[in-house]
Amino acid sequence: MTAPLLPLDPELVARARALAARAAQPVVDLARSHTTVSVERATLRLAGLTGADPDGIPWVNRLADAVAEQTGIEHGIALPVFHALKDHPDLTRLAHAAAAGGVRFELPTGRAAEPARTRARRAVSKGFARIEEQRRERDALVSEIGDPPQRPWIYLIVATGDIFEDIPQAQAAAKAGADVIAVIRSTGQSLLDYVPEGATREGFAGTYATGENFRLMRAALDETSREVGRYIRLTNYASGLCMPEIAALAGMHRLDMMLNDSMYGILFRDINPIRTFVDQRFSRQVHARAGIIINTGEDNYLTTADAVEAAHTVTVSQLLNERFAHEAGLPDPLLGLGHAFEINPEVPESFRLELAHALLARQLFPDAPLKWMPPTKHMTGDVFRGNLLDGFFNLAGVMTGQSILLVGMMTEAVVTPWLSDRDIALQNVRYVLSACAGLAEDFHPPADGFIAKRANHVLGEAVDLLGRIVDDGLLNAIADGTFGIMKRPADGGRGLEGVAERADDYWSPAAEILDRDDATTPVHEEPVR
Amino acid sequence: MSRIVRPYGDTTGDGMVQLSFTLPVPHDKRAEGAALQLAAKMGLDGAMLVHAKPIGEGYTFFVVYGASTHLVNLDEVKVVERDYPHMSPKEVNDAVRERLGRKLCVVGACIGTDAHTVGIDAILNIKGVAGEKGLEYYRELRVVNLGAQVAVPDLVNRAVDEGADAVLVSQVVTQKDAHLHNTREMAAAFREALPPGRRPLLVVGGPRFDEGAAAELGVDRVFSRGTTPSDVASYLVHRLVTSRPATEVETA
Repeated sequence: MTAPLLPLDPELVARARALAARAAQPVVDLARSHTTVSVERATLRLAGLTGADPDGIPWVNRLADAVAEQTGIEHGIALPVFHALKDHPDLTRLAHAAAAGGVRFELPTGRAAEPARTRARRAVSKGFARIEEQRRERDALVSEIGDPPQRPWIYLIVATGDIFEDIPQAQAAAKAGADVIAVIRSTGQSLLDYVPEGATREGFAGTYATGENFRLMRAALDETSREVGRYIRLTNYASGLCMPEIAALAGMHRLDMMLNDSMYGILFRDINPIRTFVDQRFSRQVHARAGIIINTGEDNYLTTADAVEAAHTVTVSQLLNERFAHEAGLPDPLLGLGHAFEINPEVPESFRLELAHALLARQLFPDAPLKWMPPTKHMTGDVFRGNLLDGFFNLAGVMTGQSILLVGMMTEAVVTPWLSDRDIALQNVRYVLSACAGLAEDFHPPADGFIAKRANHVLGEAVDLLGRIVDDGLLNAIADGTFGIMKRPADGGRGLEGVAERADDYWSPAAEILDRDDATTPVHEEPVR
Repeated sequence: MSRIVRPYGDTTGDGMVQLSFTLPVPHDKRAEGAALQLAAKMGLDGAMLVHAKPIGEGYTFFVVYGASTHLVNLDEVKVVERDYPHMSPKEVNDAVRERLGRKLCVVGACIGTDAHTVGIDAILNIKGVAGEKGLEYYRELRVVNLGAQVAVPDLVNRAVDEGADAVLVSQVVTQKDAHLHNTREMAAAFREALPPGRRPLLVVGGPRFDEGAAAELGVDRVFSRGTTPSDVASYLVHRLVTSRPATEVETA
């Protein structure tokens, strides 16, 4: 970006970032000093363990559960697993034996631990090598086939429940103009404490995220990318109880973007806050290595809270998401911070307010590929008005230089999008993009105007709130219902039983590699003022 | 005024309607003919094909205008009319305070795999919907919002623990009739867990429910599209407070 679009008070911006860093720090410390069952299972997935028992429970769960029962997870399960592996031909057969109750796991110590450590490092390195290979493959494909010619990239959702139905729909959507395909997950997957296996054909309002579904869809979109002459990106969800495992699968199967919000699971799925923050840090470290763009979910706050009154909570969450992401090694070009067009259209000057909020985000995060989310809350079933509202949403996206535009459907809140709904929605986007492609260039709101004042006002409110969060602690703020009105105490929510404080001798071959990266990746440190 | 009506375009009695749909055929003359034939079979007289556009390779989208040959007799239309008086938040609070003498407890949740809290939140959250505040705003109501994806047994246990007077369940996802299955499961679980007199009032809501289906689903009341918090509050007070003695006789 060249000239600033909006005159923001630079001192206020610096204060906001410094406060976000301070608010995030205790949570980062918490994430660094704990592990979870899903983090440990992700390590097994990186080591190459796949498949599921006849009931569909993955072998990573069966093995991790067996170890957890005998040694706990607080030391990390890698040493007990790879120590036991000396008596078994491979991880799969070790998992079979463990599931049958035939393996005694122990934590090897001293010299006895070294061979296990070596085996674990070697196995997990293969997983990271696969991730690295996929990252290089993406770079090669992008330079060979090319990126979309325009910004924002056009992001469309596909969700039939059946991966074999999703594939032709996704390919058709790409041919109709989509640059990014998101396969929305089956309702309820976020609360499964395992990742289903294989290709799936039954989902509720979405398709299960599985390694095989990832592979099938990516292969199909590679084919389509060549046909349409632009690299079509694939998106899924690293959220819920299995966030770290899904991140590992995404990296190994070359997904390109993953929804990964720091607080979404806590607020909207009632997942335990500590579980979420620990899982999230690991998943972001993996995403950083995989070159995956994360998409954060600030739009969700505005569906429960009022989009004008709560505008600053979006800014606060973006700043926290940015901070957590930087700490986990994600650079700005991988930060798809979210925001949304959710102001009640009956509010006077609602469009000017939307522009102010959208520009504020654009200005605060100039190098982040911001994700601009369409109206949902005020889509009433009046599809004609909905189409107009989506047009204004598209216009705001273009005027304020947003990077990724989730295509709004006029039938939002009515039906899952029909073929014709998608076509009409894309026509809407194409019209606005072609009619106003360069409008951002001419759009510089004056410093004393409504938009600039509103943006600075929201930033000021965000700084105030961050100050209160620093004083109270982020976990307390979440418990008090600061975000999206949801009250979530740190000792409540799902998945808490799968969290353990790391013992002094905690060791994980994945953490070893990821945290080593951390040390070499320059992390943006803001001075505390 | 006549009780027999036809759609209105710009002249009384013209019967004009507008219709859009997609046919799974490539766009050509035959496709347009097929669209007009469909419109005729749907009861449109003199249908005009005003727009036809290919979608992808094998589909065509149509917009058709025409005169409907059907008539509707308003006297034969059946609807569930509101059978309780509408009350303001103040009236609700006063009624609960004066006649119940304690707070009325409402437990709400999205059950099953449904993660869409938008419905239950619209009714319960203080923020509310359509300019009305949600039930949390009512001083004499004690609201426990369990949020999304609550398992039915957890909902029953919580309702018992809280001494719920009413349980509100929201279901948005309707794929494979999940909303109906979940509702029946919930109703059955409450019937199993509690004797009739001690069962909370079961209320279910969501945009795709049929308001006439309460008995069939095993619940006390179904609310559909367009329901506001005060509709629900008025109903709760009507059933649990103002007509309480009758209810007890009925369910005892």
